Amino acid sequence: MRHALALKIGPVSFRIGSAWREPLAQLERLYAGYPAADEVADFTVRLEPATPWRRFARPSVAIRGDYTLPDAAPLPLPLGLLAAEMGMNLQMALGQKRYLLLHAGIVARDGEALILTGASGAGKSTLAALLGEQGWRFMGDEFGLLDPETGFLHPFPRAISLKNAALALFDGADPGRLGPVLRGTPKGMIRHLRPPADAIARMAEPARPALILFPRYGRDFPAEDRPVGAAEVFVRLTQASTNYVSLGARGFDALTALVAEVPARAIDYGSSAEAIAMVERLWAARA
Amino acid sequence: MAGPRYIADPEDQVQSVPLEGLIVLYHRPSGMTHLLAPPGPQILAALAGEVGDAEAVLARISEHFDLAADDPAAAIAARLGELEAAGLVRRV
Repeated sequence: MRHALALKIGPVSFRIGSAWREPLAQLERLYAGYPAADEVADFTVRLEPATPWRRFARPSVAIRGDYTLPDAAPLPLPLGLLAAEMGMNLQMALGQKRYLLLHAGIVARDGEALILTGASGAGKSTLAALLGEQGWRFMGDEFGLLDPETGFLHPFPRAISLKNAALALFDGADPGRLGPVLRGTPKGMIRHLRPPADAIARMAEPARPALILFPRYGRDFPAEDRPVGAAEVFVRLTQASTNYVSLGARGFDALTALVAEVPARAIDYGSSAEAIAMVERLWAARA
Repeated sequence: MAGPRYIADPEDQVQSVPLEGLIVLYHRPSGMTHLLAPPGPQILAALAGEVGDAEAVLARISEHFDLAADDPAAAIAARLGELEAAGLVRRV
C-alpha cells in the first residue's frame, strides 16, 4: 500500500493501508494521543480503488482486509475516513475470536461497567458519548469486548460516531477532538469525536459488568423503565453479538454468566436529559 | 402400537443453565444454543444416551415431574417431534 497507519485501540491493534493519503491523515488527527501500536497488527484494513483506474477519476474506496463482505459497496473518496472506520468495525465483527463482542455502548464508574445495548438508532452510541462527557469513563460506543476467561469488559474506545441530530449535542466539544463532517453517508450525516483523554489513558483497564440497559428512543415516549427477564436478556444479547456462534461453548459460558450475575432493565426516553437522569437513578439502585 | 423411539446425546454433550424457569442449552455436537421450556429439558435428560418412546419417557420423568396435560403421552410425543426438528433428539 502507498500509505499506512498503525493504531492500537484497547487490546486490539490495526494496520490500515490506503491508496490515498487523505483518509489516513484524517484518521491520524482523530486518533492523536493514542498509545503506540504493537509491531504486529491483529487486523489489517485496506482502502483500495474499487477499480484500478478509479484512484484518480472520481475515486471510489473499496474496503478490504483480512475479512471481507462480498457485497460491501465502495464509498466516494471524501468518505474515506468513514471507510477506514467501517473497515475496522468489519474486521472486529468478522474476525474477533478472543472476546465475545457485544454491539453496545459501554461506560464505567469506579471500575464497574454499564452496558447500553439495543437496535440501531436506539441511542446507545449517543448516550455512551454523553455519559463519557459527564463523569463516566467512556469505554466504547460500538463494541463491548467481554473476556470469557474473566467476565470483565475491555475498553475499545474508538472514535465516537455521531450521527445526524446527535452532532448538535457536541457543538461545544473542543474542535480539536472533532473530525470532518461527512455528508451523504449510508447513515446520513456523520462526524467523529475523539473520546475524552481519560478514556484513552485508561484504555488498558477492564471493568466488571454491573448493569445492562436496553435504551429505546422515541420523541413521544414517556420516560419509563421496566425489568427484562433473564431469558429475554440472553436472547437479545446473542442477537447483539456478532461472534457468539463462532465462539462456541466459550461464548455460551461467558454470556450465561453475564446474564445470571448482572441486572438488566429496558428504558424508554424522549430526550437525552431524561435518559441520563434514568441511567443515574438505575445505576444508584442497581442490585 | 408403540410410537417412534428416540435417543438424545449423552449429558456431557450438552451444557444447560437455568434462567427464570427456562433452560438455555448449548448443544456441543451442533454448536447451537436452544431455549427450552419444561418438559423439554426433562425429556432430554430421560433420553440422554438411552433409547425410549413417548411412553417410556413419560414413565421415566413422571417419577419427579408432574406433567399437567389431559393426555400426557400425546403431549410428550408432540414435544419429541419438536426436539427432533431442533436436532436435540434423533430416531433410532
